[in-house]
This record gives sequence, C-alpha cells and structure tokens, in this order.
Amino acid sequence: MSKENLNLTLKVWRQKGKKDKGGFETYKLKGVSTHASFLEMMDILNEELITTGKDPVAFDHDCREGICGMCSMYINGRAHGPQRGTTTCQLHMRHFEDGETITIEPWRATPFPVIKDLVVDRSAFDKIQQAGGYVSVNTGNAPDGNAVPIPKADADEAFNAAACIGCGACVAACKNASAMLFVSAKVSQFALLPQGQPERKERVGKMVAKMDELGFGNCTNTGACEAECPKGISISNIARMNREYLGAVLAPGN
Amino acid sequence: MKLDAKIPSGPISEKWTKYRSTVRLVSPANKRKLDIIVVGTGLAGASAAASLAELGYKVKAFCFQDSPRRAHSIAAQGGINAAKNYQNDGDSTYRLFYDTVKGGDYRAREANVYRLAEVSASIIDQCVAQGVPFARDYGGLLDNRSFGGTQVSRTFYARGQTGQQLLLGAYSALNRQIEKGQVQMFSRHEMVEVVVVDGKARGIIARNLVTGELERHGAHAVVIASGGYGNVFYLSTNAMGSNVTAAWKAHKKGAFFGNPCFTQIHPTCLPQSGEYQSKLTLMSESLRNDGRIWVPKNKVDAEAIRTGTKVAADLTEEARDYFLERRYPAFGNLVPRDVASRAAKEMCDAGHGVNPTGLAVFLDFRDAINRLGKDVISARYGNLFEMYEKITGDDPYSTPMKIYPAVHYTMGGLWVDYNLMTTVPGLYAIGEANFSDHGANRLGASALMQGLADGYFVLPYTIGDYLADEIRTTAIDTKHAAFEQAEKDVAERYKLFTSINGKQSPESFHRRLGKIMWEYCGMARNAEGLTKAIGLIQDLRKEFWSDVRVSGDINAFNPELDKAMRVADFIELGELMVRDALTRKESCGGHFREESQTEEGEAMRDDENYAFVSAWEFAGVDAEPVLHKENLEFEVVKLTQRSYK
Repeated sequence: MSKENLNLTLKVWRQKGKKDKGGFETYKLKGVSTHASFLEMMDILNEELITTGKDPVAFDHDCREGICGMCSMYINGRAHGPQRGTTTCQLHMRHFEDGETITIEPWRATPFPVIKDLVVDRSAFDKIQQAGGYVSVNTGNAPDGNAVPIPKADADEAFNAAACIGCGACVAACKNASAMLFVSAKVSQFALLPQGQPERKERVGKMVAKMDELGFGNCTNTGACEAECPKGISISNIARMNREYLGAVLAPGN
Repeated sequence: MKLDAKIPSGPISEKWTKYRSTVRLVSPANKRKLDIIVVGTGLAGASAAASLAELGYKVKAFCFQDSPRRAHSIAAQGGINAAKNYQNDGDSTYRLFYDTVKGGDYRAREANVYRLAEVSASIIDQCVAQGVPFARDYGGLLDNRSFGGTQVSRTFYARGQTGQQLLLGAYSALNRQIEKGQVQMFSRHEMVEVVVVDGKARGIIARNLVTGELERHGAHAVVIASGGYGNVFYLSTNAMGSNVTAAWKAHKKGAFFGNPCFTQIHPTCLPQSGEYQSKLTLMSESLRNDGRIWVPKNKVDAEAIRTGTKVAADLTEEARDYFLERRYPAFGNLVPRDVASRAAKEMCDAGHGVNPTGLAVFLDFRDAINRLGKDVISARYGNLFEMYEKITGDDPYSTPMKIYPAVHYTMGGLWVDYNLMTTVPGLYAIGEANFSDHGANRLGASALMQGLADGYFVLPYTIGDYLADEIRTTAIDTKHAAFEQAEKDVAERYKLFTSINGKQSPESFHRRLGKIMWEYCGMARNAEGLTKAIGLIQDLRKEFWSDVRVSGDINAFNPELDKAMRVADFIELGELMVRDALTRKESCGGHFREESQTEEGEAMRDDENYAFVSAWEFAGVDAEPVLHKENLEFEVVKLTQRSYK
C-alpha cells in the first residue's frame, strides 16, 4: 500500500440553484486517510468549509452501504468513480494517489436538473415506476405464496434485474441520457415472473411512453450504462424490453 | 393519565380474529372523505400508505429522501420470518410467538406479539403476489433458512438483499396508488411538527427540503412511520439521514415514549477506522456460523498487532483466546447478539483489541477454509467477503476479518396501544418507530416482519375504530390557530439556529453526543455513568444552543439546517434514554446494568420489580419527564432466565 494519508486537489461543481449558472471551485485537502470513504472525504471538506465560514458542498447520500441509491457524483469523468461495481459511498480513498486532482460533477442529463451543487432531481425515475412498475394486487388478495411454483432460474434472473438501486448512473453515463437500463430492469423482473403476466403488455407500453415523455434519450448500444452500473444490471435487459415492447405494440388486439 | 393498552379479552389465539371481525368500520362512501397522513415510506410507511389508499382513504405520504424507495428498510440483509411451516419442521404461530417473547427477554406485550405471528404468513403471500423475487429451491417453491438461534427454518430471503426487495414491493404498491391519485407523495419533505387541535392529531407542519418552505397539511389521522433512533449514537448501521425528529415532535406534543433505553447492538459490524468515520457497516450474522472469534491472549501481542509489528498469522494457537467458545461452550460463537457484543467489548476494554483504535476482535475463517475448502466458503459468503475487502482493503480469505459491535436497531419507540395509536388520539406509530413487539431484544429477521405486519395487516383494520367517529369531521382547516401557532414555532426555531452564529457544526455536536451515549448508555450501563451522562448531555445541549453554526439560507435547500434540527432532537432524546436506563435497574435483553448480573457476569432480570413497559411523558425540555408504567401480564408464556452456557 502507498501512503496512508493523501493530499488532494478537488475541483468541485458548485451551482446555487436550478436556474443559476454553475462552475468549478478548487479546494485543497490535506492528510485524507486512505481508509476514508469518498463521502467521508467530502465530509472532511465540508467541515473545513463550515469552520471557515463558507457554504458546504451539497451532495446526496444516505445509507452509505451501497444499497439506497441516493449517492451520485461523477468522479473524474465516471459515474460513481473509477472502481467497477461500486457506488460512490463504498468507494474508498485508497483508490486515489497522493497529489491527485479529483474532478467531481453532478449527474448531467436534462431529465435530472441540478437542485444544488452535486444534488440532482431524479423524480423522473419515480414517475416512470408510477406509470406501470407494479403488479396490481390489493393487500389481502394474495393466494398462498407456494400456490404458483416459479422455476429457480426465472426467479434468479428476475432477482438480478430487481437488484437495480435506481441511482441514475446509467443515465449519467449514457451519451444519449437514456434510461433504458433502469426501465428494462423493472420490465424484465415482471416479464420473467408469472405474477407479472396479466399486465405484461400494458406495462411495457406505459413505462416506455413515460420514459420518452420525460425526455430520456434512446439506446444506441454503446454499453456505458452496463459498464458503470454499480449493481451490474445486464444490458440484455434492454434487449428483453425491446422484444417486450415490440410484442406489445405489434401484437393483434393492441 | 392511566395507560390503557386496549388488549381485547379472550384466549390469546382468538383475540385478533375476534377483534378484527368486530372492530368498527368506515363505509366506502365515508372513507373517501377522510384524509390520512403517513410520515415515512419504509416498509411500515409504504405498506400502510398503499393499503389505506386501496381501502379508499385519501393519503398523503412524506419522506425526506429524494424518493420513497430509499428509506433505510432497503438496507436490511438477512430475511423475514413467517410461521408458514413450509419446511415441515414443527413451526407454528404459537412457536413464532413464543420465540419472539422469549427472545425479547419477556418485556413485550403478549397479545401484540401473538397477532404479529398470526399475520406473518399473509405477508409472504402478499409480497409474492407483488412479484418480490424471493429465493426458491429447484422445485420452484420458496426457500427458507434458519436464523439467529431459532430451531426452525422460517426465514424467507432474497439473497442478502431481502429488505431491498420487500421495500421495492411496497414501493410498487405505493406507486400504483400514486398513479391512481389516491396517494399524494411528498418526497424531500421533513415532518417538523405535529398539529394537535382539541386534543386530536389533525395534521403536520412539513419543511419542503428543496425550497425551505414550511407547509401545513391537515388530516383526520396522522401515522408516524419514521423508523428508529439508532443514530443518537452518531455511529450506527442506520442511514445518515435516519433521525428521530418526527417521533420526537410527536413525543413533545403528548405521545408517550416507550422503553427508550432498549437498543440493539449487533456484534458483527466493521470497526471504526478513524475519527472521520461517518457510519458503521453491518456484516451478516451468518458469518458466525463458520467464523471463529478471538483476540490475542497476551496484551503484548495485542499491542504488537495494533501497531502493525505483528499480524494475526504470527500468533500460535496457544496465543489466541477464543473467548466465546471458552465462556459459552454450549453455544460458542453462536450466542445471541447481546451476549456476543458484550463479550467483545469486555475483551477490548481489557486491552486485547486488535485494530489501531483497540476496538476490534478477529473473526477468523482459517479453520473453516482448511476444513471445507476455499470454494465452499466462497459460495457461502463470497459477496460478504467482497464487501469487506471493498471497504477495508483486506482479503478475509488470507487474513481474519476485524469486527466490532455497533448500534443497529432500537426496540424502544413511541408507546402505542393494541390499535397502534399513541397517547394522542388520532396519532399512530408503526414499524420501528413504535415500541412494539420486540421487548428488550429483537430476533434476527423480525424487523421486516413487524414493519410489514403493521402496515399491511394491522393498521388498516385498527385505524377504522378511530375514524368511525370522524366521519362527520369535514376536511381539516389548516388556517386554524393551532396550525398558525405550530408553523410560527417551527419558523422561530429555524431562525434561532441561523442566528446563533457560533463556531461548531451540527455534525460535530452529533459526534460528541454519540460518544457520550456510547460510553455511558451503550453495551454496559451503571448508575454512576448514567448519572454523569445526564449532566454531560445537558451541558452539550447548552453549548449547542450557544455555539452551533448553521450556514446558508432558511428559505432554500439547506442540509445543514435540516441536520441542526435533527441533532437538537437527538440531544433531547439522549437525555431521556439515559434517564430510562437509570430507572431500569435490572438487566434485560440489550439493556445490561452492571449492578444486575449473575456471578458469572450474565444479565439478570428482575421480573418482580421491572416486568413493565416504561412510558415517558414529556414535561418540558428542562423538566424531568414523568414515568408511567404499563404492567406486562404473562398469561401464556412462563418467565425463565435465559442461559447459553
């Protein structure tokens, strides 16, 4: 292992509000432990800013264990930073060099407007889910959990898709700001399970329409989303969603 | 005021069935005229909001995160218990009920726990119907595993992400109701006051965290589902935003706080690595099935490991103390959470800790790898080992993990009756936010069960009993003087935060509070330390209000201001927890009073004097709170002392 403490130069995007013009500010930070997480490094920066009477950097974060999907940050040109399969909160400073300059930006996509500094509005993702990301079953209506066996392979694949944390890295990484990896993960989960069948066609149609309406771009198969997804959601879900969509809009009776 | 738990009469197995069949109903035509506010969108809040909306009530749901899907229920790993008996191993409603009461060290209400066990099976059915991808076996049926020392396999799971999948299920049900217009969703909103009109909860004041605006929301009933308060310790496995503010505001408006000192400390978490540490990460308890916990027998060796001149592998078998196996030969490394945690603390306090802070013990897989091979261990724990390496940079296949106990759940919370209503009429508390069903210690995989039980299957029935009397109450007028006053009080508090212009950040006060709580009200407590802690917390509170620095504008996106409000509430709660711990002179579950232990140093309950729920009434920030007692009657379960020797 290299040095235990790092001296860093941070270039951080500062933007007062949605309509204000933003820009980079440069900060020097000394003696950051390599054992600190990236967000703890940001905490140290903010503590310094506060004690010197300056406005701390706003950034989204919550669980700090890689599952809530709240943290974002574009670090040195990559969503969630340089380590594959890792959210910003689980990225640790040992992956950086002493003396390094680190550039930190918010997610950049038209459907994700900046609220302040590194915080963006991702409510568009909720709206897509509201359009059809569910099985219509009221509480109390359910048959016994084992009434319908589901082949293990299908259940496992549905789980793989359902593991999406909704962070938005796929959109941020995509040159088209496409949300297709995110949307296809939910479409796939339900398309693979018997519970999802009754609304299968309607669901994919509604979710795709909402995605388009909110201004997300289309997929051109560059694969950046899959490469940057902290949870390893497979791009094959997009292929499945395209099949589902075609099947839904071209099928007789639609 | 006399506490009335409103437990229905009759044999325990018939109470809930009879009650829900006779509880008063609200007709569909009236339901659509009634508003309900739900604060928090974790398992309890999201499931309640969705289920109440399905029934026809008009629901407003609030969460401080940017989306309801991010509530901290999402981080629960292990699983959810249900008395399905799919494994044909003798499980039943009664057995789940009994295990829960016993595991809680006999400080839970029997009738509530029985109901919890009763509805547990329906939760699994509901979640499967929503498309939750539970683990399945090769025949396509649901898989189970055993968990936390129970003798049956009743835990349903979705890899190590059960909380995530259950929450996304509840979130999908919530989304469906949002789309239908039955639920109005307010993300990035924090509840900062309960509004009480003529003795009844009639709404809330919420801060729009994006614009800073204070908003008034009226409703016929208010449901607090804002989770636990483990972050009072600053370092815990809770999310950074998890806070007590909603529950604490309710408490200050008249809701009693039940058993605040009952906190659960989980033995297998990653230790603190430095002062900058912001949270602690839980490693699944399942690791204790194959890992052996030890410290150097010799303090000189421990010191050498701390300073890096020796590593674990340098120590021979004779130089290692497998202290759990030594002290508890029958259960060894698999003793319950509270026992394992305390033993680790004792070893570290005695100078045997193994990381630079001296607060860590080894969890070693060397013997398991030699016995079973690396592949088997990798198949069992691969994802956990990976996560450990990601965070610490160490490879657990070649060097033992370092672990230390961390705060992770709070059994205490707002006191509620059988209907889940607090002592304020029309104000409910569900999920971890209430004091509920876990007594003095929660069993593994029972938190998810309770959150969803309250939200899907209990509150939707019991809330009708109150709302049946409200059908003539028209929409709540938020111009009422009580709303006016509540908003004014909140605005003044914010103004105060920003006008102090001190030198210290809210975060730094939070860290200091956490240290006091951990030192004096953590894994082991005694009268002397607790008494001292009250003074320290009071001093900290005074310092906070004279030297806190909150930058930025009130009427804007301002996380520092939000944090200041939360820390101010945590400081007040901290004092109450210490007072509760001081009052309860027995040891039980997660609450260990050094004065009350057996000759072997184990926890000793005092059923004669302490078989009650402490329900605290707020009397003013500078006044001593008033203790009310709900005596616990055990009609079914026989009280015995737990032993794991």
